[in-house]
Amino acid sequence: MFEYWTSKLCRPAIAVAILPFGLLLAASAANAEGFGFGTTPTAAEIAAIDIDVMPDGRGLPPGSGTVAQGKALYEQNCVACHGENLEGVAATGGAALIGGRGSIGTPKTKKTVESYWPYASTLYDYVKRAMPFTAPGSLKDDEIYALSAYILNRANIIGENDVMNADTLAKVQMPNKDGFISDARPDVHNYR
Amino acid sequence: MTMRTKDTLDYPDLTEFDENIRDTVQGMADAERRAIAAPTQETEDCPCKDGMFPQQDRRSFLLSAAAGAAAAGLLPKVAHAEAPAGAFEFPVPDDPTKVQGRLTNDDGGYGSRSQFESAARWRFPTKTKESSWTMTPLADSQGIITPSGLHFERHHGGIPTIDPDKHTLIVHGMADKPKKYTMADLKRFPSTSRINFIECSGNGLTEFKAPYLKTVQGTHGLTSTSEWTGVPLSTILSEVGVQDGAAWILAEGADAAVMTRSVPLDKAWGDAMLAYAQNGEAIRPEQGYPLRLVLPGYEGNTHIKWLRRLEISDKPFMTREETSKYTDVLDTGKARQFSFDMEAKSVITFPSGEMKLPGAGFYEITGLAWSGRGTIRQVEVTTDGGKTWNIAALQAPVLPICHTRFRFPWRWDGNPALIASRCIDETGYVQPTIADINKVRGVNGHPKFASIYHLNGIMAWQVGADGSVANAAHQV
Repeated sequence: MFEYWTSKLCRPAIAVAILPFGLLLAASAANAEGFGFGTTPTAAEIAAIDIDVMPDGRGLPPGSGTVAQGKALYEQNCVACHGENLEGVAATGGAALIGGRGSIGTPKTKKTVESYWPYASTLYDYVKRAMPFTAPGSLKDDEIYALSAYILNRANIIGENDVMNADTLAKVQMPNKDGFISDARPDVHNYR
Repeated sequence: MTMRTKDTLDYPDLTEFDENIRDTVQGMADAERRAIAAPTQETEDCPCKDGMFPQQDRRSFLLSAAAGAAAAGLLPKVAHAEAPAGAFEFPVPDDPTKVQGRLTNDDGGYGSRSQFESAARWRFPTKTKESSWTMTPLADSQGIITPSGLHFERHHGGIPTIDPDKHTLIVHGMADKPKKYTMADLKRFPSTSRINFIECSGNGLTEFKAPYLKTVQGTHGLTSTSEWTGVPLSTILSEVGVQDGAAWILAEGADAAVMTRSVPLDKAWGDAMLAYAQNGEAIRPEQGYPLRLVLPGYEGNTHIKWLRRLEISDKPFMTREETSKYTDVLDTGKARQFSFDMEAKSVITFPSGEMKLPGAGFYEITGLAWSGRGTIRQVEVTTDGGKTWNIAALQAPVLPICHTRFRFPWRWDGNPALIASRCIDETGYVQPTIADINKVRGVNGHPKFASIYHLNGIMAWQVGADGSVANAAHQV
């Protein structure tokens, strides 16, 4: 879908060319070897904050979780804002996580993990970085797999006995996986 | 100037919508209603009339306490005790030429605004105050720069408090030489400054289907302009050595939402900046202190605040903020993704909603125009509902990807008048009507408002025979 980005190899522009001449030499001299500021981060320093997960599964950590484990964790950590039936709780602003399948683009558009999210990786990634709201980033990797399993099961996307891990989560086919297109703007063509 | 036109404000009925939608939409109206009512209450309730200053002694005490605290290196917490946000309340002499004024540098060395100025951001009443947003008071705006304290906000996990001495930026992924930078490291690089607007892609979302909010702050207040200073991101990319095949870069914040967006590498090599300063001083905490990514012309949420990490990759990361949110549902059921550009847009800020003109006569219509695709070439103003359009004067400086102030002299004859502006940017793109936008995108992206993001249509205001000004979106 976004192949046109990946096919474009980007090379550094000669940024110094637009500087006043007096500065040009100095900047060029620095650029020839680089400025060299900063340090090389250790592998551990990178790993500590490199938490993103991509649709193809890159970034998914070891570990696993089941639907049953996820149900218990959900009731502990999520139910207050997202509701017993994952329907959302208006009073807390917690979004509905399931339902609305097929509603996108109709007058009853309802965006949920089930109806709208194109990749299961996003669910894992988002829970890991930002949930639960009152203690963000507090869940262990196994717990996030379990919660993902529970939510995806309640959304009728995976079976009750399916286990989520780095391999299975990346293979989950979300109902709206083909629901996105690239930006077509400018879409009103009244140029002068 | 922002006089109320009537005692009660009517907002559309919402009974047909479910609880979630109703709550949110109703909350917006409530917040605007409170904001409109606030100045009136202040003057009505204030006992300080006819030169009486009943709280003078207490204020003096607070001020001396503040000076003492400042001297001791502690910040006073008294700024908001009596005065509007950002101001201190001082006694007002009958004749300022007959008494000495306040002591020099008695403000602790950092100034405040006049106690008579109350323009303030107001918060969109989301259910939590951590994930919320505030609007810039455009009705009171002058020139093109937004004061840092009035720059609109959008937070997804509150405003983090970050010690700049401990903050680092790690750049890694498809890089030959991954790097970790302290703030001191970043400030050693050659710097650049640029004056750019940042606009939230949700700016105006309430107006897609029909007029909803009353004021220009409510309908257009999610755009602000600052001078940003920092390091060109291209400098950093050159330093780390981007590998062949790389095409995207993930920007990640150090807030509780660990907010992330994927940015095309083209943009990163272009005019992207790692900004540490705003309007001549360190970036405000709510704008990303100590470090923010600035992507001129891109929708606001991509300008990742509290930036802690950049990961270079071959593919976009498909984070929540570029799939579940900030995507544009069309009537086909498909949603547009990576809708980065903020298209050309303008709005009249005077006269605008809930103001009241005192009578027929001369007024200078003024407002702002901006485009994420470059410089504003022309702004046109109508005072007859779009039958005729007149070219407005553009006030220098006219800069690319920046608020541009326009002015148009108008002699109001006292009859009802429908006024509006439209702009043309350097690409020749003409700001469309809202109807034109809905025609191509559809009206089913949101049950109440038709769509959520990227409304840049023409905004109209109705001036009544009594001088009152009201939201007339969709009428031009």
